[in-house]
Amino acid sequence: MVMTGAQALVRGLEAEEVDIIFGYPGGAILPVYDALINSSIKHILVRQEQAAVHAAGGYARLRGKTGVCIATSGPGATNLVTGIANAYMDSVPVVVITGQVSTEMVGTDAFQEVDITGITHPITKHNYLVQDTKDIPRIIKEAFHIAGTGRPGPVLIDLPKNVAENECWEEIPQRINLDGYKPTIKGHPSQIKTACRIMKEARCPVIHAGGGIVGSDAASDLIKLAESIQAPVATTLMGLGAIPADHELFLGMLGIHGTTAANRAVSECDLLITIGARFDDRVTGAVGKFAPDAKIIHIDIDPAEIGKNIRVNVPIVGHVKMVLQAINNQVEKGKRSQWLARIKRLKEEAAYSYPEAGKTLTTRGVIERLSALTKGNAVVTTDVGQHQMFAAQFYRVKHPRAFLSSGGLGTMGYGFPAAVGAQLADPKALVVCITGDGSFQMSMAELATAKEHNLPVKVLVFNNNCLGLVRQLQHFYCERRYTAVNMTGNPDFVKLAQAYGVPGYRISNVEEIDQVLEEALNNGKLSIVECMIEKEELVYPTVLNGKGLDEMVISTGGYYGE
Amino acid sequence: MRHTLSVMVENRAGVLARVAGMFSRRGYNIESLAVGTTENPKISRMTIVVEGDNHVIEQVTKQLHKLIEVIKISDITDEEYVGRELVLIKVNADTAQRSEIMQIVDIFRARIVDIGYKSLIIEATGDQSKITAIETSLKPFGIREVVRTGKIAMVRGPKTKLE
Repeated sequence: MVMTGAQALVRGLEAEEVDIIFGYPGGAILPVYDALINSSIKHILVRQEQAAVHAAGGYARLRGKTGVCIATSGPGATNLVTGIANAYMDSVPVVVITGQVSTEMVGTDAFQEVDITGITHPITKHNYLVQDTKDIPRIIKEAFHIAGTGRPGPVLIDLPKNVAENECWEEIPQRINLDGYKPTIKGHPSQIKTACRIMKEARCPVIHAGGGIVGSDAASDLIKLAESIQAPVATTLMGLGAIPADHELFLGMLGIHGTTAANRAVSECDLLITIGARFDDRVTGAVGKFAPDAKIIHIDIDPAEIGKNIRVNVPIVGHVKMVLQAINNQVEKGKRSQWLARIKRLKEEAAYSYPEAGKTLTTRGVIERLSALTKGNAVVTTDVGQHQMFAAQFYRVKHPRAFLSSGGLGTMGYGFPAAVGAQLADPKALVVCITGDGSFQMSMAELATAKEHNLPVKVLVFNNNCLGLVRQLQHFYCERRYTAVNMTGNPDFVKLAQAYGVPGYRISNVEEIDQVLEEALNNGKLSIVECMIEKEELVYPTVLNGKGLDEMVISTGGYYGE
Repeated sequence: MRHTLSVMVENRAGVLARVAGMFSRRGYNIESLAVGTTENPKISRMTIVVEGDNHVIEQVTKQLHKLIEVIKISDITDEEYVGRELVLIKVNADTAQRSEIMQIVDIFRARIVDIGYKSLIIEATGDQSKITAIETSLKPFGIREVVRTGKIAMVRGPKTKLE
């Protein structure tokens, strides 16, 4: 059948069972938008392109399938860049389609021309500048294959306008033929055997679980392993939800704002089993002091992550789920009552790492109530800052794919568009975006997107009229010289909600928490809940630069840890 | 230590930029990089000389593998191989000096490929030490310009890198 390149592209998306794409139109991408009219694919018009990638990423992470976003050339494409980098750092499968000026104009600094494939080389798993219309069906199929397999990541397709307009006779190929892309799926049998032997010999093992567990749907396999070898589990930020927070073997998040229990256990263990994680510096603290007495087993799909930051004893390259299944089939059950008693003690101590807040309204206080009221069953997205760390510490995530946060890149402005994507991915889910006054202002224009589609996202804005985490850094590293952190021009977030015609609430004191949250969570509407908190609240524990995890600073003295 | 990597890549626009970009953004030093097509028109071969310890070379190799268009990487440093560079040297040469320069050219089995009013262009191939030696020998005459290709390499024996 003859069609235009744009029609072939849309047909390729349909063949990949794409149901929703997030985007923003413009001149160079016009043919694709025209072709979308006759498609079953739903288009969600965002208010700025960056939100389109974040939303596609939120959709992908909750739904477990590749997200798609689309923008025009030039500024449309460059606005995507932060979102693409975010998806790359967090291994989120996203296919990004950008318009480009016509091929005869490419390289002439034409209107809205930018070399987006050049710009995104370092932040995409792969990218394409489509030179010939007949390549479109193949490229779409390859792009989805590359984005969604191996270590997932963003793939960008830059489509010049004339290439989209020309006739396409080509059919979608049956097979993918990529000589240079053959991810290792099955773990090496002898390495798996060695790993099982070391697990048997270990006296105090700890499992360090990352986003790879969540991304490969291996949560049940992880729990099975933890239970059978009786090893406690510390997760990364990306790994939250891999094991239910109320599981007795769950230690909490590890890292520079990790729980005391997780950080101590990792520092004391004699075997660290790292699964689907990459030893980010926010996790390890000073690398030389990380898990100093431990042998390390590292399971990951990406061979380049093995030995990159930390030397490991047993590397296993493969799909995390497959490797865990193979291990579970042959590992011997362990019994470690002494180690588990120690873990229990560490967890009890951890409960006291923050002093009592009393009557002060705190971020963690509200999040604890949110966690209790939703029983850990909400899908939580976060922005970046203190609220993000409090959410990671105090929201008791029960399920995998239910905690969506910007991990590797730390992108403020991620949380709300990700919530929009997540709500569209699962309309029945209770989606809560935990954000701050700084972060939310980076993407609150998306209120219009959420309103337009009646998405009942709950936005909890923790408002301390300041960039709390930067302020905290200045507290520790700049001798409390606070600069450029006050957000004095903040809007009234309740009135902001009203401006969009949706409910707005305010929590000013502890007594109001439950009543307001219950009302907001059950009203079935997009809502903003503004929580008036103090600037002085600090995130603890914190591991200062150059320190090991067991040297974390724990709150001492008064509530604010002064 | 200096390593010689033989890298098979798809012969497409932008592949060189991807490879070179990966090296620079991850802080690896390329000493030389030579690229050209192979017996298979769909495949190009890059010979990359890179400095680093085993840990660095392992990371370089793994990161190269992550590029979709990279098909195969071989570290041939410890294999028996033929390694060659081509150099063109424009050297000052008035009539009085020509015979002396021609002797040097003979010794190195190089060739004179252009004669000008006051200069010669000399073409030489060889491994890095030979190229350096000829450059040093010609220095006293005054070298006006040098252009080098960077190393290309092929493993000895009947086996090929794509087999």
